[in-house]
Amino acid sequence: MPLTLLAAASPPPVPSTVSGVSEAIALVVLLTEFAMLRAPLSRSQIRLYAFQSLAVSALAVFVAATQHVPELYVLAALSFGLKVVVVPAIVLRLLRDARVDLAASNRLGVASMVLLAIAISVFGFFVVGSLPVHSRSLPTPALGMAAAVILVAFLLVILRSDVVSQAVGFFSLENGVSVASLVVAAGLPLIVEVAFLFDLLVAVVVFGVLMRVHHGRTQTLSTDVLDRLRG
Amino acid sequence: MGWDLLVVLIAPFVVAVVCWWAPVAVGRALTVASGALTFVLAVLLVPAATTMAAGGWLRADALSVVFLVAVAFLYATTALFAVGYVQPAGDIDTAARYNRRFFAGLNLFAWSMAMAPVVNGFALLWVAIEVTTVISALLVAIDDTDGATEAAWKYVLIASMGLGIALLATIVMYYAGSSVFGGAYDLFYPKLLGAAGQFPAEVVRLSFVLAVLGYGTKMGLVPVHTWLPDAHSEAPTPISALLSGSLLAVSFYAILRFYQVTVRAVGPAFPRNVLLAFGLASLALGALYLASQRDLKRLFAYSSVEHMGILAIGMSFAAPIAVVGVLLHVLAHAAAKGTAFFGAGSVVRKFGTKDMDRIRGGVGALPWSGPMLVLAVLALCALPPFGIFRSEFLIVSGGLSDPRDAIAAVLVVLVTLATLGITWFSSQTMLTPDPLPDGTTSGETSAWIVAAMAVGLVALTVLGVHPPGQLSDLLTRAAHELGTGS
Repeated sequence: MPLTLLAAASPPPVPSTVSGVSEAIALVVLLTEFAMLRAPLSRSQIRLYAFQSLAVSALAVFVAATQHVPELYVLAALSFGLKVVVVPAIVLRLLRDARVDLAASNRLGVASMVLLAIAISVFGFFVVGSLPVHSRSLPTPALGMAAAVILVAFLLVILRSDVVSQAVGFFSLENGVSVASLVVAAGLPLIVEVAFLFDLLVAVVVFGVLMRVHHGRTQTLSTDVLDRLRG
Repeated sequence: MGWDLLVVLIAPFVVAVVCWWAPVAVGRALTVASGALTFVLAVLLVPAATTMAAGGWLRADALSVVFLVAVAFLYATTALFAVGYVQPAGDIDTAARYNRRFFAGLNLFAWSMAMAPVVNGFALLWVAIEVTTVISALLVAIDDTDGATEAAWKYVLIASMGLGIALLATIVMYYAGSSVFGGAYDLFYPKLLGAAGQFPAEVVRLSFVLAVLGYGTKMGLVPVHTWLPDAHSEAPTPISALLSGSLLAVSFYAILRFYQVTVRAVGPAFPRNVLLAFGLASLALGALYLASQRDLKRLFAYSSVEHMGILAIGMSFAAPIAVVGVLLHVLAHAAAKGTAFFGAGSVVRKFGTKDMDRIRGGVGALPWSGPMLVLAVLALCALPPFGIFRSEFLIVSGGLSDPRDAIAAVLVVLVTLATLGITWFSSQTMLTPDPLPDGTTSGETSAWIVAAMAVGLVALTVLGVHPPGQLSDLLTRAAHELGTGS
């Protein structure tokens, strides 16, 4: 009896380098999402988004190398070009044209927001952990972190009331979905992935157009004025 | 028939490009022609068996054709309506620019909605539906008013977040399939349907719930419907008609594709219960909100929420006849809601307001479109002889033969409640004998609007009185493809 207890208490197996590295990158993506949630300046949110996209591209390269999925190199290059360079450049340019750098769009205090985000990430992480999803390409904890990224992205959209936060919230939601897709669907055909990325680019352009229209009409990037339509 | 599918996808796109560059009159004429052509081609697909094109990337089975016909019908009638409704206002250059943008956008929107039901596979389906979002968001904002800007922002944000969840559903579905097909494969429907029985049940369930939540956002299911009344009421009226009649239907189509796989993987009970919960919430809230609306187009928007609820509830009944009713309801709702919005557009043109407190004596002011709007409203209330009467009759009779027949009773009660709200409106604004407001004279604003509404009412009557045999056959085949009764 004592022997079995001892066996049960023995330390879990040491994670392999592959799972360690990929989980670390997924964690970086999640932490960046937290930083975006609390970043006061729109400009820094966009830079954080670029950094998060860089981490996702790195994860794609890592999966490509360790799982021998050469198409993912193409995906990583495209994702780097679009999400690290083009999209942030477009949004930063819009901000420069708007000549406002908005602060204080929080609906809650920073501490409450972060605590709420921690609670909801823990929830997402453990709910996904209880699912019978076992990935060949990446370990399951990374999937839990992807779910946490998606949930915190929703918080970002809900708790910040300016158009840049809300747009960045949507873009980073897509990053969370990308991590999930690298974890459970690394073999997804390249053409499909490219279609997803292209769609994101189109969505960015539309977000940009609407942000410009909104700013042109209201001279502000705050969404608090958008309260006419109700009922 | 493969060329048929290709033309359906190429014609609206080409016309959109031409509209952007060509003189306004040419663009308008081509839009009407392209709408009619698309509808004829869609109807030609009705008797055909499953059609494939473009190396297997395009595929139209009976289920696809039902939704393609709904999209194409509304595209054709909206093209007619838009020619009458979109009047050049302001100076000539501004008007021409607005017209070019509008008609290019209208055709692109129709193109993206026609693409969704005929692409083969969950990934392309997602891409097509995301394209419909970005195009329609720009069209909602095109009038450049405060209301339109607010509605467009809410729409693009909420719908994109929803589609993010739908993308996750697609990826989870891919994972479910990879347990059978290995690491790399295409998400084509026949392949997934063939092997769905071996998919891990928990993963498919997760995928289905995410899909209902994600695509349900675009379909307008409560509680993720919040963008819908704003976008429908602030968009230009032709776009409202397309949003309500086709876009919501196409999103429902996406849910049905997930339903198809889920039924085969985990049995029918689970997906039916999920749809029942969302459907009841939508029907109940839609019916209650209908009673408190002051804005004519918002009223029809909440009516769409109500009808989407009916579709979801109809799918939760086990009887195949209910599923046939649901598919017929998609067609009939497209025709009825299109006609109702055309009528609303006519009223807005005439009275210069959407505020129902300021619209009186509509039937007197609009000798043709006024009575036709009242008929369209009655059709939406499921009165015979219109198509919605037949479809809701099928759904309810399917529900009564279900073991849970109390749901059918709840459905009837809530639909009656909705009828109360929407007929109250029509008697208040259209049928009151009040004198017309100052400066308003009796007469139609455009013959095109009357023509579009007449086409819609004829279609509704045909669907209600005697649907063509080939159409009934198509609906039966589509219901069979959905795997009912199994």
